[in-house]
Amino acid sequence: MKIESYQLGERLDSFNYQEVQDALLAILEKGCNAVLDMTACNYVSSTGLRVLLYAKKMAASKGLNFYLVGFSDEVKDIMDVTGFDSFFESFSTMEECLNTLR
Amino acid sequence: MQRIDIFPTHEYQGLKLRSGRPYPFGATTIGNAVNFSVYSRYATDCTLVLFHNREEKPFIEIPFFKEFRLGNVFSMMVFDLDYENIEYGFRMDGPFNPEEGHRFDKSKILLDPYAKLIVGRDVWGQQPNWDSIYPYRARVVFSDFDWENDVPMETPINDLIIYEMHVRNFTCGAASGVKHKGTFAGISEKIPYLKELGVNCVELMPIHEFDEFENHRISPVDGRELFNLWGYSNVGFFAPKAAYASSGRFGMQVDELKTLVKRLHANGIEVILDVVFNHTAEGNENGPYISYRGIDNKTYYMLTPEGYYFNFSGCGNTLNCNNPNVRDMIVESLRYWVSDYHIDGFRFDLAAILGRDQNGNPMSNPPLLESLAHDPILGKTKLIAEAWDAGGLYQVGSFPSWGRWAEWNGKFRDSVRRFIKGDTQVLGDVKERIIGSPDLYASQGRGIKASVNFVTAHDGFTLMDLVSYNSKHNEANGEDNRDGENNNNSWNCGCEGPTDAPDINTLRHQQVKNAITLLMVSQGTPMVLSGDEMGNSQFGNNNAYCQDNEVAWLDWNDLQKNADIFRYFKQMIQFRRQHKVLRYEEHLSHTDYLGLGYPDFSWHGVKAWQPWAGHNNLTLAFMLNGRYANSDDQGAPEGPDDFIYVAMNMHWEMHGFEPPQLPQGMAWHIFANTGMPSPEDIFEPGTEPVIENQQLVLVGPRSIIILIGRVTS
Repeated sequence: MKIESYQLGERLDSFNYQEVQDALLAILEKGCNAVLDMTACNYVSSTGLRVLLYAKKMAASKGLNFYLVGFSDEVKDIMDVTGFDSFFESFSTMEECLNTLR
Repeated sequence: MQRIDIFPTHEYQGLKLRSGRPYPFGATTIGNAVNFSVYSRYATDCTLVLFHNREEKPFIEIPFFKEFRLGNVFSMMVFDLDYENIEYGFRMDGPFNPEEGHRFDKSKILLDPYAKLIVGRDVWGQQPNWDSIYPYRARVVFSDFDWENDVPMETPINDLIIYEMHVRNFTCGAASGVKHKGTFAGISEKIPYLKELGVNCVELMPIHEFDEFENHRISPVDGRELFNLWGYSNVGFFAPKAAYASSGRFGMQVDELKTLVKRLHANGIEVILDVVFNHTAEGNENGPYISYRGIDNKTYYMLTPEGYYFNFSGCGNTLNCNNPNVRDMIVESLRYWVSDYHIDGFRFDLAAILGRDQNGNPMSNPPLLESLAHDPILGKTKLIAEAWDAGGLYQVGSFPSWGRWAEWNGKFRDSVRRFIKGDTQVLGDVKERIIGSPDLYASQGRGIKASVNFVTAHDGFTLMDLVSYNSKHNEANGEDNRDGENNNNSWNCGCEGPTDAPDINTLRHQQVKNAITLLMVSQGTPMVLSGDEMGNSQFGNNNAYCQDNEVAWLDWNDLQKNADIFRYFKQMIQFRRQHKVLRYEEHLSHTDYLGLGYPDFSWHGVKAWQPWAGHNNLTLAFMLNGRYANSDDQGAPEGPDDFIYVAMNMHWEMHGFEPPQLPQGMAWHIFANTGMPSPEDIFEPGTEPVIENQQLVLVGPRSIIILIGRVTS
């Protein structure tokens, strides 16, 4: 299984969503499964949540997967109350993610 | 293929613009532009005011150019906005002439009447900046929620068991055990509890944006802060209350509420919203400018010939519901909640107002109510009227319905309360209520499905207080106990308020069980007040609209303290869901029209087939013939239903009742006896034991017995 990851900074919102979305789509375009490393991220805005789900749906349309890694408590909470958590398979660490998938 | 009409034609202070689309009203995204559209019949000029998020001063004010107007609508598209970080409002210019009904003031920045996301008051009870030039702010909403397979559930209304609840009261209590207290997410956490209780519909008290600081004050009695807790006072008709979302501080209340609805649906629970279209939070002549008053006062409000506000709502103003444009707004709002939030039904607060014309007179065929009854998008949405208003119009049984509208049956509440407390003058009325109030709903093709039955609701005593207090105790509301209903038909069972006397407490529990029993075995949709299932008390306060504290919040410790009540409610609800014969849609015939040996429904007295045989007008029995009702998808077993016999003795002495003889091979089994201590008071449906004496049952003082007639195993 081909996997490539992208490392997110502290936030995912309307200021950087385009850059993140482009990077994730580029990974999928290559035919790789994409992993978003969110370990450093402590805030995801409404736009950010939509980038995640968009990437997930784009991956699915290509027969690929999209995984999330390293939620902070704040991000986990937002994902939970807005219902976005139910769409994703997630892992606590990159190591756990790679061990599970490989 | 790209559209060719999405290129800017104008530029203003660096922002690219184009003439907008007049419809739909509000702010919508089109490609990389936001389309702003606002209606005002009497405004002469309009300006779009844009802020960066949470900034006090706008970064630009854009006039609507002449070519951006069509009819009485101002619309423009603004390109390349980072719309997650934009807040918008309008300035309206026009005459200020209250005698003519106009109150335009271009110094005010106004909220869009169609705002779908309102921020600025994101954390409950946090003092806002009272000097802000624009306190409630509209944002552009994402309307792309992923519902997957969810749709409104369309459960037949007669199969619902409605649970009337308040977002904060439900989980703010210290013992609620949820992480996100007082929010939509908090309700989500309690879904397993709702499922255990067995209700299949929650009715949320108002969740549209409102101002909890309206009439904010300190109680002169106990020094507590008083808020507008209930929220019957709208700021916006399209936006959820931000402070009801744990994610409101991030502006994510829309997603959080939609997620709650989706999760409730996934667990078989419908969602009804309590909507308040009779007035707004702008108050009377002295109230604030939030939106409507400054956008188009004469359109939105019912005004006296001198230009003052009519006050049929008791809240300072009255929305001009039968003005064609306001009517459109109401219809749009309801459609939006159904299509975008998958809401299953609405309960209309003080709905009689919706049938008044622009001068306040009641109409015989109010166009708004007719529009709603025939609306295509609302075609299967439950429409429930609180069929009275504060101006003296009382329409229970006569609310214009077109066969679509159900009503809060206030007469059910009054009759059942009186019967339970031992009133000897109410038997005939109680009989009507038990069979789905044919005296009120047999005409106009309405049927049993028009009746929403309840004994308690947010207005008035909780069920435990109904049996613990003779009089209201609203002193803490700071109005010298003048507020709240005086005529409660309550009885304290011998002592006002809490007591250690075991006989009084036993009787109170018994009376609570009598009430829920009558509610669950009566024809019509039952509504339970949240907290009654655990014996919640408001300490005698029958109008806790301002008590954002332990008075109104559920005390979840009561679940242990009153475990017998919770168990009884749970089994009674399950019983109703298992017996289709309790959930008819149309009125009963009282005859054996299919030749099954017994009528579909029959009255009895203490002697079988002799309804006149009784004591003091306080005894009554009836039997439902299960062969007239087949099972359905609400959990009832396959095949014809059982016979159900209910014997009620509201007399203070014990009486023997003779149940009717069953067909050969069947026997009476006992399901419930409110006169017995727990756990003998009620059995798990399906496990009811056969009774020894099939000819006579003894029903204790102030007790109800339910028997099931089925083949003995």
